[in-house]
Amino acid sequence: MQRSDLEAAPRASADWPDRIYDLLKAYNVKQVALVPDAGHSRLIKRCLADNEMRVVTLTTEEEGIAMMSGAWLGGQRGVLLMQSSGVGNCINMLSLATLHRTPMPMLVTMRGDFGEFNPAQVPMGQATQPVLEAMGTLVNRADSPDDIAACVEATLKFAYNTYRPTATLIGQRVIGAKTFGKD
Amino acid sequence: MLSPNGKLHRRALVAAVLEGRGDMAVIAGLGAPAWDITAVGDTALNLPLWGGMGGAAMIGLGLALAQPERRVLVITGDGEMLMGVGSLATISVQGPKNLSILVCDNEHYGETGMQETATGHGVDLVAMARGAGIKHTMFVTKPDEVAGLRAAIHAGAGPFFAVAKIDAETLPLVLPPREGVILQSRMREAILGPAANLE
Repeated sequence: MQRSDLEAAPRASADWPDRIYDLLKAYNVKQVALVPDAGHSRLIKRCLADNEMRVVTLTTEEEGIAMMSGAWLGGQRGVLLMQSSGVGNCINMLSLATLHRTPMPMLVTMRGDFGEFNPAQVPMGQATQPVLEAMGTLVNRADSPDDIAACVEATLKFAYNTYRPTATLIGQRVIGAKTFGKD
Repeated sequence: MLSPNGKLHRRALVAAVLEGRGDMAVIAGLGAPAWDITAVGDTALNLPLWGGMGGAAMIGLGLALAQPERRVLVITGDGEMLMGVGSLATISVQGPKNLSILVCDNEHYGETGMQETATGHGVDLVAMARGAGIKHTMFVTKPDEVAGLRAAIHAGAGPFFAVAKIDAETLPLVLPPREGVILQSRMREAILGPAANLE
């Protein structure tokens, strides 16, 4: 088994990361905050190659919530890319979105979800959607590749038009489960 | 500038740093720093935080990147900075020239009963910032260093990080508006004009 088979990254033939990138451009997103996930690796490469986007790699995902607050204060749109485990790191900081009514779209690649191999991913993966919703986030979920672009567009639109935290969860069924060679 | 027991007085320090601030935007961490900037004078270009502990410096980064021609100052406490200390690495890598961070360090959690923070036990936030790669730093303990601190913050040659050791006295509350929508909207309008309200 190749290393590339161990990472839960989309297949090269999948075009949904490119469609997400096109949406970020269409919605004039200038600040892309992220803690990397293999599921977002292609999207991250596209953003890094774009001189009009500022890609900021965070030490913890809650930094991205605060950064989107600052971006909006200065008139720019931000987005936060992360894995489901990172949602847990954002909980209290999400207060800022509700307190200030700030657009905060989050694009979350799921682990601990469909066919997970790693037990450590399951607690936060299963808690991701309830945690986001408990903090006032409107959550869309995409479990097929064809649904991702529509969910991401709704997430961006809802955040920027109605000033609140929103998220698309991209299911592990789409991305594939890491198996560490044990499948 | 000095409190009765010989340490820097936090509000005199903040007033001196903000003197002649022009169009500088100021983010204040929750608790005493928010009361301090309000005591100096509440303006639309102040964003005093009521929550989001650990996030003040990163709010400053997002704003500094969005408005590269405007100086942005984050004034926060030692407890708040310790909670978000990883953001020093994030900020250093981004390297915004227009961002300064001033930690008013009283070595205590002032809003919760004056429990001790790590900075009273040898933890050195300036060393942590330098370790993160922020080259332009200051450590301030005396009144005659404050003019240099103000000059460094106003110079726009950041990212700049400073710790000022201040007296741990508890001062009268001077509260800013509590409604976050007002705080965010007024700063957006001050920076972006009335069109900000139509976005």
